[in-house]
Order: sequence, then C-alpha cells, then structure tokens
Amino acid sequence: MNSNISLKAAASLLNLRVNQTSFFLINGRRFISTSRILYQKDKIKERVPFPGATESYFTDKMQFIHNVEPIPTYRVMDRHGRVIDSSQDPQVTESFAVKIYKDMVTLNILDLILYDAQRQGRISFYMTNYGEEAYVGSAAGLDSEDMIFGQYREAGVLLYRGFTLDEIMNQCYSNEKDLGKGRQMPVHYGSKKLNFQTISSPLATQIPQASGAAYALKRSGKKNCVMCYFGEGAASEGDFHAALNIAATMRCPVVFFCRNNGFAISTPSLEQYKGDGIASRGIGYGIDTIRVDGNDVWAIYNVTKEARKLAVEEHRPVLIESLTYRIGHHSTSDDSSAYRPSKEVEEWKRLDNPLVRLRKWLENHNWWNENLELEFRTSIRKEILNAFSKAEKLNKPSITELFNDVYDRPTPNIIAQRQKLKRLIEKYPNNYPLKNFKNEGKDL
Amino acid sequence: MRTSRTTTLLLRNFANIVHSRPLIRNRFTHKVFFHATRTILQATGQPPPAEGFLPGVAQSKFIKSTQEEALKNAELANTGVANGETKKMNMFQAINDAMSIALATDETAVVFGEDVAFGGVFRCTLGLAEMFGKDRVFNTPLTEQGIVGFGIGMAAMGHTAIAEIQFADYIFPAFDQLVNEAAKYRYRSGGIFNVAGLTVRSPCSAVGHGGHYHSQSPEAYFTHTPGLIVVMPRSPIQAKGLLLASIRDRNPVIFFEPKILYRAAIEQVPIGDYELPLGKAEILKSGKDVTVIGYGSQIYTLENAIQLAEKDIPGLSCELIDLRSLLPWDVDTVANSVNKTGRLVIAHEAPQTSGFAAEVATNIMERCFLRLEAPIQRVCGFDTPFPLVFEKFYVPDMIKCYDAIKEVVEY
Repeated sequence: MNSNISLKAAASLLNLRVNQTSFFLINGRRFISTSRILYQKDKIKERVPFPGATESYFTDKMQFIHNVEPIPTYRVMDRHGRVIDSSQDPQVTESFAVKIYKDMVTLNILDLILYDAQRQGRISFYMTNYGEEAYVGSAAGLDSEDMIFGQYREAGVLLYRGFTLDEIMNQCYSNEKDLGKGRQMPVHYGSKKLNFQTISSPLATQIPQASGAAYALKRSGKKNCVMCYFGEGAASEGDFHAALNIAATMRCPVVFFCRNNGFAISTPSLEQYKGDGIASRGIGYGIDTIRVDGNDVWAIYNVTKEARKLAVEEHRPVLIESLTYRIGHHSTSDDSSAYRPSKEVEEWKRLDNPLVRLRKWLENHNWWNENLELEFRTSIRKEILNAFSKAEKLNKPSITELFNDVYDRPTPNIIAQRQKLKRLIEKYPNNYPLKNFKNEGKDL
Repeated sequence: MRTSRTTTLLLRNFANIVHSRPLIRNRFTHKVFFHATRTILQATGQPPPAEGFLPGVAQSKFIKSTQEEALKNAELANTGVANGETKKMNMFQAINDAMSIALATDETAVVFGEDVAFGGVFRCTLGLAEMFGKDRVFNTPLTEQGIVGFGIGMAAMGHTAIAEIQFADYIFPAFDQLVNEAAKYRYRSGGIFNVAGLTVRSPCSAVGHGGHYHSQSPEAYFTHTPGLIVVMPRSPIQAKGLLLASIRDRNPVIFFEPKILYRAAIEQVPIGDYELPLGKAEILKSGKDVTVIGYGSQIYTLENAIQLAEKDIPGLSCELIDLRSLLPWDVDTVANSVNKTGRLVIAHEAPQTSGFAAEVATNIMERCFLRLEAPIQRVCGFDTPFPLVFEKFYVPDMIKCYDAIKEVVEY
C-alpha cells in the first residue's frame, strides 16, 4: 500500500516536472533550467544538474565522439567564374566589382616587383600574397570604420581601403616617409587613417587584442566591428584559444578570419592539427562559424558581410575559415621547393586561381576583356615602378627616430643614450652610414 | 593554473577569517596581537595564518596614522587634496579607492581579470561591479595571455584598461603580450598607435607561506623591457597615488602590489583624487653615512635594519630611499645620495643574479665611482626558487640587511 502510493507520487512528480521551471543551487549560484526532463521517443531524457554544461542530458550508452560531419565549404562561383546558385549572386555594381579585381591585380604585380627587389638586395625582406588575393573580398564586406588587426599577408586589405603605392614602398624601403619610421621589417604595415593596426611579427598576438578592441567598440556604442586575420598555423598558438574564448564570453563584435592556406612555412596543415580544420573549433567556443572557398572572392564577400552584421547587430563573434593554397614561398627567406613539389604549386596556379576566377566572372558580365586587362596591367605596372623608384631614392629617417616613441616622451636614460650615440658618431663618422639618413645624425 | 586556483581559495578563506575579526585599532593592539600570534606560531611551528603580518609595518615611522601626518607630504601640495579629508584605509582599500576614482572620472575605464567581479581574491575590486556595472568590472576566462591581449586591444582603441593578474607568479603566460606587444606598440607603429591606457595590476612578493607560485617578485624581467613602466608602492597613500598616476600615464604600466601589505599597512589616506609622480624615488629618511635603497614591502625590513644599526653603531646615520618606480627609475636621487654618503646597500626579495639591484649597482658605480668608500652591497633573495618552509631563511630579512649596513660601514 505504502509503496504503491509512493510509486504513484513519484510518477506524478515526474510528469509534473516535465516542462516546468525548476531552480537549484550549485556553489551558491542559482541556475534556472526549463524542462529538465524531456521525453524523446518514449524515453526520458534527463538534463544534468551540473553547472558546467547545463544543456547536457544523461545517457546510459557509453559513446565517445569520434567523427563529426565535416563542415562544408561555401562557394558562390565555380572555377570558371559561373555563379552556381543565382540566389547567392552578390548583386554588385560594375565599378565595385572592377575595383576589387583591380586591387587584386595590383597586389599581384606589387608582389612580383617587390619579390624581385628583395632578390636583388634592394629591400631586406618580402612576403607575397600569391593565391590568396581573394581575401580582398573580405575587405569589401566591411565598413571602412571597422578596425582591422592583421597577421602580415593582408596587404590587399590595405590596398582596398586606399593605402597608396607610395605608402607601401616607403614601408618596405624603411625610408623617411615610412609611417612606421623605418623601425619594423618590410610588410609590417599600419595605417591610423585606414583603421588598420600596425602588423607585428609575433603570431596570433593580435587575436586577443582584436577581442579587446571589439569590446571597446561595443562599449562606445559604435555600429562597427573588428576584423582579425590570421593563418591556420597561428591558430595553434595559445592566443587564438584565449581570444575566441574571451570574445564568446564577453560577446565581442569581432570577426575572426582564418586564412587556411595549407602551410605554416614548411609545416603542412596535416601536421598542424588533427581536427576538421580551424572552423570546427569555433563551434566549441560557442562562436558562429562558417567555412568558405578562399579562392572565391564573392563567397568571401557574402560571408564577411553577413558575419559583420551578426557581430555589429547581435554582438556575436564570428569565425570564418577561408580555405586556399599558398602559391608563393612563405617569404623571401624561404624556398618552398624544399618541402613541397613545384608541380603541385604549378597545378594550383593553373587550375584554381582567384584572380582568374574573378576575371572570368567579370568577362561573363561583359565588364572586362583582354584589352582592358592589358591596358590596366601596363598602367599599374608603371605606377608601381614609379612609386618604387621614388621610395628607393628617399633618405632613411633621421637617426633620432631610433630613440623616439619608446614612451610618450623620452626617459632620462634614453636621452643620455642618444647623446652618447651622438658623441660616438662625431668621433667615428666614417664607421657609420650617415649620409643615407636624414640630417646625417646632426639632429641627434 | 589549477593549483593556483586552489591555493587562491585557501588564501581567500584565510583572508576572510582575518577580515572577519575586528580590524586592528591602534599600534598597541596590533603589537600585542602580533606578538601573541608570533608566540603561538613559534610554539606550533605553523606558518602565519594569512597575509598581513609583516613585522614592523604597524610600528613604521613611514606609516601615516593621522590626517596631519598624511597631508604633510610635500608631493600632495599641488594635488588639491592637501587640505582635504583623509580616511583610514589599508592597502587593498586604497587600491580599491583608486580604481573607483579612475572608473568615476573616465567613462572608458574598465577593470577586469580572474575573479574581480565578486571583489577579487584580495578584495581589491570589492563593490566596484555593483557601483559601475558588470560591463565595466568583469570576470574574464582563466587566461593570462588573453587578459593582457584583451587589455592591449581596448587600449589600442583609446580606452582605459585596468587588468588584473591574480598573482605576479602567473604573469608569465602574458609575458609575450607585455614584452613583444604592449611595450613595443607605440615604437613599432611609428607613434600612430599606442596602448597608453593599459595598466596591469598584480599582487607580488612574499606572504609568509606562498611557496613557489604565490611569492615571486618578477620586476626585473620587466625592467629589461623598454616601453614598459614598472611601479611598486609601499603603503596605502603611495598605492592610491601611484596607481591613479599609472592608470592615467600615457604608457603601459605594470603595477606590482606587495600582497603582504594589503591588510598590514594601514594609513590615513586622502579621500580625494590625487596622483604621485612615476619615475621619482622618495627619500624616507635622511642620513649621511650609508644610502639604503629598496621598494615595496622591503622598505619596512630596511627601516628596522637601519634602526638596529643606528642603535648598535653610535653616531651612524643612514639614508633610506624608496625607489617606487623601477622603470624608469630615479638614478639622480640615488646618485646624489651616494655622492653624499659614499656607501650603498640595495635590498630586494627577488633572486640576486640579474635582479634589479644589479642595475642600480652598475649605474651608481658609473656615476659615483670616486665617491664610493666600500663595495656596493646587495641583499637579495637567493638564486633559488622561492621556497615554502625555508622562507624565513630565504628572504632578505632585517638581520641580513643590518649585516650589510655594518659591512659597508666597517669596510
């Protein structure tokens, strides 16, 4: 009798608790859970009471998670520049599309010229963007007031925003007009006016910084986001983990854009991670995630525009993984034939080139042709070479700049050290390349 | 960092126990309590119950126990608090007060780190989240490199980021962000970007029973980094003024707080908004025979050592200088002093080799070579990890400092 009653009571209690809100205390914090017990196919699914994963439910099956369906790769056009699903057509104007294409071609010719300049010893270092030019589409998907944090292979973003050929050359030549005052290696660009934070060499450090910058934007109430670029190799750094986790917990309006080009210097991505690329990790952090064909400028454009909207309007961080292939060497200090067959590189160049894809798309629209191509290539080449020789002729910055900007104003010991260098230069003028520098050290 | 969390909880519990008893009301009761505690501890061989039992702090002549003493400070003369009110605060309360003022006077200022929202494991951020909102005082995930990287990003946007690293011992995961990023941000961009608004606060130094990872004094790792400012206060008045100056300084600042002083050092602190200068040492006691310098909680050990030396050696007069800022540091004040006294003793808790004392000694050797009458003495931690049960033998205590003073005088 008694047991009957208690069974009934238990049953009714179970029924009652379905779809009911219950409160419970863990470590003194109150958790609210709705429908803690769910019926599914006549089976009771009981949610766990643990605070660490409130959405989980108990199971009596021991099942390790081995495989998750790979994340698909979004594309708009095929290798021949044909839009596959017209609903995904970017609906852009001729001038807009042509600008993007011109920026990509400009980047390509810049790379050719500066790479050769390094080979000739005229600049100390260079990194090309071959094969990844389609990321320009991501710059086009942003607002010009959105702040950008990059890694180093994003010169096309700067070009899109209006960074001049002179500014690029001046930085690579470390001359007196370099915005960075000749202090950093070539390709470490930055521009305050174009909202592009100065590049630094340590990988992935910019990623948590982007989260912080995004939080600041959110607090200031601006309808803007932060865009943060990095490679798949950099995503192995601890800073990547820190950044995505903080961005998710603090709801930072930031778009993480991973350029997965298959290699980190010589390390193929297969030795970089075992999971489903970088995208699969975004989900683990509770971040809206998408994978995109990185050779398809319109796919990148569409995805960035949408990601930006999620970030700005809903304060949801977004992760975009853009799959591509690094056609060029890692840098001028690297010969990639030491670790991958040249034939593979040639095939990528021939079979799937983001520039060719966009050109075909433009030609399909009758917005571009062989004549325009020839004309533009000739004129931009001339412009680039002009900027190149102009930058080469300029002096290096004043030697005083060695000591400035360490702090907002020089500290006593920095002043003393500057004076010491001045005395040394005066004593041994022939041992230093003074004539290459503005003011020849006289203003120290 | 799981062990740190566990230990932190232990420390927090200790802290709460200490906090729950009535605050020590005057020097006499403190003295009685201190001696009683010490007797019990010596008898049982147990470690001290919590931070807050640094010998000599409550009796220190440098602690300002009255409003009059507090406001006599010449550095406060032009700050607008010179004729204002003061309030009794310990060091964590003074630090809390400084952050409260920083948040109230700067809409872009935020305070964040591990466990800061409920008040912090050392109570430094108590009440701030309630007063200024959860979007301005918030917990971050447990990631030091993330905390500093996040702070750099905020500061790069022109905002004021006050980040906390729970113990200085755990600042090393953020070493890259501090050394390669924060310190070089302005320089590498040609001055077009900076992280002027970044301040990283962190409890540091010995606490009686902190072992390897709750005791370190990592200042010398950072004083080797151009672009950073490194500061360590010795008392509540100093902590408040120097922290406000650090937050508002146009450079990234690492602000180390000797955790043993959080409760032990109690002063009458001006309640208003004031700043004390960075990069300036303070002469705490004038003397003519020996210059003794230190910073942070070491000041009180040095004060006691000097008292003992001056008592033992009739006519001896020592000059005591608190460096306060370690990068940039005030070479002129120290050099002027040594040019007068001809002798120098430097003390710090951190290990001796490549410690900050080496930098001071070299500079003073260069500047005061003809005036030095004895080798410069360094009294430092040994070149070992910071040990648990051997702490009393490890730290540069009063006797070691006293002995060094004697050595330079009798050389």
